[in-house]
Amino acid sequence: MTALDEIKIGGLGASRRRVEDNRFIRGKGNYVDDIVLPGMLHMEILRSPVAHARIVSIDTSKAWAIPGVRLVLTGEMMAKRNLAWMPTLSYDTQAVLATDKVRFQGQEVACVIADDPYIAKDACEAIVVEYETLPVVVNPEQALATDAPLIRDDKENQHDNVVFDWEVGDAAGTDRAFAQADLVSKIELHYPRSHPSPIECCGSIADFDRSTSKLTVYMTTQAPHIIRAAVSLVAELPEHMIRIVSPDIGGGFGNKVPVYPGYVMSILASILLERPVKWIEDKTGNLISTGFGRDVYLRGEMALRKDGRILGVRMHTLSDHGAFFADAQPSKFKIGLMHSAFAAYDIPAAHLLARGVYTNKAPGGVAYRCSFRVTEAMFFQERMVQAAADDLGMDQAEFRRVNFVRDDDFPHRTAFGFLTDSGQYGKCLDVGLEAIGYADFQERKKEAASRGRLLGIGISTMTEPLGAGNSREYDILGIKMFDSAELRVHMTGKALLRTGAKTQGQGHETTWAQIVAHELGLPAEDVVVEEGDTDTAPFGMGTYASRSTPVAGAAVAMVARKIRAKARKLAAHLLEVSEEDVEWELGRFYVRSAPNRGVTIQECAAAAYSNMPDGMEPGLENVAYYDPPNLTWPFACYIATVEVDPQTGVWDVLNFVAVDDCGVRINPMIVEGQIMGGLTEAYAMASMQFITYDAEGNCVGSNYMDYLLPTAWETPGFELHEVVTPCPHHPIGAKGIGECATVGGPAAFVNAVMDALKGFGVRNIDMPMLPDRVYEAITTGRDVSGHPPVRQDD
Amino acid sequence: MYPSRFGYESPRALDEAIELLSRGQGEAKILAGGQSLIPMLKLRFASPEMLVDINNLPGLSHLTVDPDGSLRVGALCRHAQLERAAALAGPFPTIAAAAPLVADPIVRNRGTLVGSICHADPQGDWAAVAIALGASVVAQGPSGRRRIPVADFVSGPFQNVLAYDEVAVEVVFPAAAGTAAGGYLKLERRVGDFATAGVAVGLERSGAVVTRAGMALTGVGGATIDASEAAQALVGGELTADRIARAADGAAAAAKPRGDHRGSAAYKRHIVHTFVTRILTRVADDVERAA
Repeated sequence: MTALDEIKIGGLGASRRRVEDNRFIRGKGNYVDDIVLPGMLHMEILRSPVAHARIVSIDTSKAWAIPGVRLVLTGEMMAKRNLAWMPTLSYDTQAVLATDKVRFQGQEVACVIADDPYIAKDACEAIVVEYETLPVVVNPEQALATDAPLIRDDKENQHDNVVFDWEVGDAAGTDRAFAQADLVSKIELHYPRSHPSPIECCGSIADFDRSTSKLTVYMTTQAPHIIRAAVSLVAELPEHMIRIVSPDIGGGFGNKVPVYPGYVMSILASILLERPVKWIEDKTGNLISTGFGRDVYLRGEMALRKDGRILGVRMHTLSDHGAFFADAQPSKFKIGLMHSAFAAYDIPAAHLLARGVYTNKAPGGVAYRCSFRVTEAMFFQERMVQAAADDLGMDQAEFRRVNFVRDDDFPHRTAFGFLTDSGQYGKCLDVGLEAIGYADFQERKKEAASRGRLLGIGISTMTEPLGAGNSREYDILGIKMFDSAELRVHMTGKALLRTGAKTQGQGHETTWAQIVAHELGLPAEDVVVEEGDTDTAPFGMGTYASRSTPVAGAAVAMVARKIRAKARKLAAHLLEVSEEDVEWELGRFYVRSAPNRGVTIQECAAAAYSNMPDGMEPGLENVAYYDPPNLTWPFACYIATVEVDPQTGVWDVLNFVAVDDCGVRINPMIVEGQIMGGLTEAYAMASMQFITYDAEGNCVGSNYMDYLLPTAWETPGFELHEVVTPCPHHPIGAKGIGECATVGGPAAFVNAVMDALKGFGVRNIDMPMLPDRVYEAITTGRDVSGHPPVRQDD
Repeated sequence: MYPSRFGYESPRALDEAIELLSRGQGEAKILAGGQSLIPMLKLRFASPEMLVDINNLPGLSHLTVDPDGSLRVGALCRHAQLERAAALAGPFPTIAAAAPLVADPIVRNRGTLVGSICHADPQGDWAAVAIALGASVVAQGPSGRRRIPVADFVSGPFQNVLAYDEVAVEVVFPAAAGTAAGGYLKLERRVGDFATAGVAVGLERSGAVVTRAGMALTGVGGATIDASEAAQALVGGELTADRIARAADGAAAAAKPRGDHRGSAAYKRHIVHTFVTRILTRVADDVERAA
């Protein structure tokens, strides 16, 4: 008997086609807006046109008079039910509907529930709100001015616009490092505000059934169980009377982690009207009111020795959180995992001071496709590293190599206290340099110069802590960050797997089945995967922060191993030998002394229901809760070459090489898709994207004509390579990958453009590197700051 | 998409469409390609009482070169038709250069040149091309047809001189006397983005001597900017570096850009200058090669 071919059954390493695509490409997906319930009503939100104003009056009489209008909600009505404010994921509060004043343009002021969405929208337009405008704060500098208007005057003991001050690292040790430095290199950056922009906006259908007291909410959430806990807190309903269903989701990227006012209003409306209420956000609503990314001012310096060794790093971050601090973040870390910066470098001392401020801008501050602000950390790291290499007059690749944590130096305690456990940083760099043709690049540069073009090459490396928790260090609202999987193997050997994660495009339905195939030898196609329904799925923390494979994926392996352990007993029974004499190979148990005598996993499954030994509980199902011992630490090296037209500042990407080490790849095709998608987002941020605000607090970027998503036309091609360093603690050696490219990609583009401009005395151009900024840098020889973001100089 | 309530008519004859527009008293809007109107309805920036869909009118899809060499573009001629019309490259190089730069392929499949000119978005490409080439709009109303030069047709941002009961049935580009030359260059942050700046140049030459020159600018003012005065520097001689420089200086001076998230005013002016120089230098190179 020959062993199963793991690739053929769709196991580990198989680039198996995504099973979910079958329904998606046929238009048969089931998104929130596809769900229609009997008697369902429609909700529309009226948003504030101004950024900061006291609400003098709200007149809803004309809206109520429109036929088909069932309910008009205002902040006053919410307040009577103690629902005008709700808690955020970061222990702040956020207005559900404004009562006292509006604090950003697009804030929810009222909502209408009507027979159809047209009527609801008409009725919103009929609501008359009188605003008394207040001075507006659109950046941290204004927020911290001594005469700045107090944005959060709703909070007791809040006397300024500071959200938090936070410090991490070794201040004294870092001071000593700087005292010993031969050279200190400095840099100042702004990482502009961006938006995750999932193609499907947020939405919900709340369906409260008075006869059973049960509330069912179909909604766009990346974390159904956390939402259930939050709804339980806010709506004061017991958890067993709440069912959250997250159906197919059209992308999340962090945008669908928080609780949004629209969800809460639809729930209250359904409770009051006793009918299902559907809320589907439009694109503008999504862009101007939901969780954004970045908007951080980064300042830092690096203490250097002449031989190229880094002695210490100081970082200052000033982050703009908008009107309400609503970041998703582990509760211990005020600015997420910003201090994961420089984890790949062997640096003796580091210190970080972080400050967050309120402004009259949209709240949220979620980590957009990045684990709790790791993107900003890696961007700062790689921009700082390039600046330091330039100041030392050292080759940028060599400078990195000299300072990388060595392969034999793991586990390694980083300067900010994380424990990294594996990696081959130098090898990834070498693979990348070879692929991009680093050795010949200077020749190409000279040739281009003769044509009047500037060539540049930029390297960016990243490692990030992926897969929160462990439960010792990571929690959200006190809920520890573990995850779960439940596996039921039916009598015929077919199986149903459920996890506490929630796929939004990542392909869990495909990859989880591959892990089961790897552990049990069941063909992947025999395993159906379900997620997102809190009444059926085991408790989990959902999908974000690249945590699915590190945590839920590990739980899948662990539950399959529990199943295998029971199957072994069944096999011993069937083979009439003792359990110790049974050996396992993929899909089959056999007798050690007689390998031809064996039973398949399917035969074991049948026995679990039809022929179990005396005293054994029937059935073949189990659940595993997995609390990872550490985060996983993938590594990547991204290298871009660009050509700049000095007459216009237009730059094009010539080549892009990505070398990713995410440990063992479950489905290489899906991993490559993740990397290409992430690099596309990185290119977008580097080249064209930002959400900004004018002096009055008007959002510039409220639609896809102003806020740009790159198309296939301008997105460069990406050449992908891999290095595999298995994660030492993950059951199948996998690490997170979903975010790596978005996190590490941007600095490669910026470093490349800055390399092209090396002769002009310019150190930095803030993203997005629009042609006018590049041209300005070339012609003035000065850094181009992203602040103020909109230049109305003329 | 949840626009305000509106009526919808789909006439089968031009007279019927004009009748509907007359009855609408200015509250009726023509729907052709819909690539600007539909988004405006969606955002409720426009709330017309009635849409008069002209897509079923016969005889408006034409893209025809008349015996005298002039080009007639019907109200239902899509951008993509222009993009695919390889024969335009010789007699109408400015049109051929602009067609593939209009918006993105999806918009080009549906949107129309005539609709784009009527919409009068200062960042629309075709108005600049039409002005540079001295084209005219043919409008038909209850009392017959009239011809309006595009330079006079656009009266401001998103405004044209059509009466509410008139339909722009076609745009006519006159034939070049002598050899046609020119081009269109546009800077955008991404395909389909509104122009940061764009330049249309239309030339007629006899040998190496420029006999007529038109120039217009996209996205650098409250309306499409007619820079033909600056182009006069080119007429009556060869495309020397000096003449090119004067035309480019003139165009940059004619631009009235505002700084915004696409770039500063100074930068946009610089791009106009650079693009005028590039288009003219390319033409000069072509002339030299031909000679």
